[in-house]
Amino acid sequence: MTALPETTEMVDPVPGADAPHLPQRSELVQLLTPEGERVEHPDYALEISDEELRNLYRDLVLVRRWDVEATALQRQGELGIWASLLGQEAAQIGAGRAMAADDMAFPTYREHGVAWTRGVDPLHVISLFRGVDNGGWDPVATGFNLYTVVIGAQCLHATGYAMGLQRDGAENATLAFLGDGATSQGEVNEAMIWAASFSAPVVFFCQNNQYAISVPLERQSRVPLYQRAAGFGFPGVRVDGNDVLAVLAVTRQALQAAREGQGPTFIEAFTYRMGAHTTSDDPTRYRLASELEEWKLRDPIARLKAHLSRQDKADAAFFESVEREADQLAERIRGGTVDMPDPDPAAMFDTVYAEQTPWLAAQRDEFVAYRASFEEAGE
Amino acid sequence: MSTETLTIGKALNLGLRKAMEDDAKVVLMGEDIGKLGGVFRITDGLQKDFGEARVVDTPLAEAGILGTAVGLAMRGYRPVCEIQFDGFVFPAYNQIVTQVAKMHARSKGRLPMPIVIRIPFGGGIGAVEHHSESPEAYFAHTAGLKVVAVSNPVDAYWGIQQAIAHPDPIVFLEPKRRYWEKAEVDTDATPDPLFASRVVRGGDDVTVLAYGPMVKTALQAAEAVAEEGRSLEVVDLRTVSPLDLEPVFESVRRTGRCVVVHEAPVTLGLGAEIAARVTESCFHSLEAPVLRVGGFDTPYPPSKLEEEYLPDLDRVLDAVDRAMEF
Repeated sequence: MTALPETTEMVDPVPGADAPHLPQRSELVQLLTPEGERVEHPDYALEISDEELRNLYRDLVLVRRWDVEATALQRQGELGIWASLLGQEAAQIGAGRAMAADDMAFPTYREHGVAWTRGVDPLHVISLFRGVDNGGWDPVATGFNLYTVVIGAQCLHATGYAMGLQRDGAENATLAFLGDGATSQGEVNEAMIWAASFSAPVVFFCQNNQYAISVPLERQSRVPLYQRAAGFGFPGVRVDGNDVLAVLAVTRQALQAAREGQGPTFIEAFTYRMGAHTTSDDPTRYRLASELEEWKLRDPIARLKAHLSRQDKADAAFFESVEREADQLAERIRGGTVDMPDPDPAAMFDTVYAEQTPWLAAQRDEFVAYRASFEEAGE
Repeated sequence: MSTETLTIGKALNLGLRKAMEDDAKVVLMGEDIGKLGGVFRITDGLQKDFGEARVVDTPLAEAGILGTAVGLAMRGYRPVCEIQFDGFVFPAYNQIVTQVAKMHARSKGRLPMPIVIRIPFGGGIGAVEHHSESPEAYFAHTAGLKVVAVSNPVDAYWGIQQAIAHPDPIVFLEPKRRYWEKAEVDTDATPDPLFASRVVRGGDDVTVLAYGPMVKTALQAAEAVAEEGRSLEVVDLRTVSPLDLEPVFESVRRTGRCVVVHEAPVTLGLGAEIAARVTESCFHSLEAPVLRVGGFDTPYPPSKLEEEYLPDLDRVLDAVDRAMEF
């Protein structure tokens, strides 16, 4: 068997790096530099009050604390697994806060930050990872669909829901979340074809965190992801995913365009998964520590904090109060997780169908009787 | 009373029309179902009358059809998806099994999936590969789905309407080689329940079970053995999941013999499940093991061989003989 040819060097998608066969202009929308300096972009003006800035900071800190607490809970055996969002807080908070109340989000399984912006109780997300249920929140009431674990399937759901919005004459849009790995899935590509063909009010929000578990972006795409949109016939934009302001501005604009009937947009939020894929993963096997160190310099929270401090938009008391709130949140999550009751075993039969079948009802009865027989026997 | 002579295909067409008139949330989706009216013309004229928003000519992407149907269902619509041929359902299999089937349970009942997946199924039409398959067992094996297989114009007319009105996702199998079979349909009648089997011919010697295209074959067998003085009780299962086997058990306790007929390969097919359940429920009444007549465990063969592959009158009669002689 002959060896496979060496893959040629892929376009380095890291902003500023050499990509000789691509235009050299900066393609990354950024409104806040890693140093916390506010910059303007000709296409994405953002009017934002100091209070809104502080609220975004609070969001970022709280979801990171939730995430850190969940990872700790997994390590202590309280969760089966946890998919950390560490490093992707700005992408998720920016996207989530760009949504209107009646817009609908279609997450994968890592969108805890978006869940937070939709008012989903963190314990309803935790219950999934604890193995109590498949997500305890109400997707309709929150405008936040349940987590989708099979990669990419949710992009079609978002597109179909958007087609429903069109038929209802509703002035809303859907926001489909996906990762860089998902862009290789046929269903994601089908979703983009459908969205384009029907001009559906859907925005595809791709968090390019550089890895699909262990496999780097080079294996998924030979071109920067946002450039793929052109092939489907709608705009693609790359935004600094660690810049909450840029993500907010870009997503807002894309959602508004969708609501106004201008069809889909593909957003590539360029970011980095600072932690492991999940608590079962070991990233030291496939990536260099130096890479992580480099990305730490682009931390989404540090840059907003720097901006708020330097511009005197927040004082020490504010930062302290956010820390206290984060501590309280962590405590609530910890207590709520440990105290979470196990589900009723017979409940697994109850919502398989909207209209129960006689066969499954009989199976349930048999199961309940079988379990009861142990209790009667005093075992 | 309003009675018409209809083919299965026309009965489906009228049933779809009625369902669309009754509920504005019903949306038909599929490849070539608009202007063309579908490759079997089942949706003929519906786009013209209901418009492109309700009869959607989709891109050529089966996963897209089912995946967007999920989103539409979440938004309160009742999508009716046409899969052009049985063998083309597999690109959509992921959406059907991981999403359509599980969404209701995943969401603790908050997200019902009233989706109908119409599939012309089975062989006997001289087609090329992937156009003659019987994939029902894959779906019957999947919790969260219901699977219906109609055999005649009356059930086609009512069944499609009942399936569309039902709150759970239903794989609705249409016997493509029987699309042109005719019968009287009373469109004012009260239909039988969707998930109920039906004894279509009474008899005493052997209970023969079939669904979809094989019901006709089973009835032909009953006709043939009648000339020899034997009588077969033929049951049209009508629903493959959930199975309605109480009438079958009743019949088998009387006849003591049971033959299951389907086009799908026998290994782990519906016949295997039915044989197990009949054995569990009728063990002391059985005079012979439950026998299966089905396709072989080969890929569906090229059409010059399909007459050899498909269960036909003689193979059913052979099984009946074996059951009688046991």
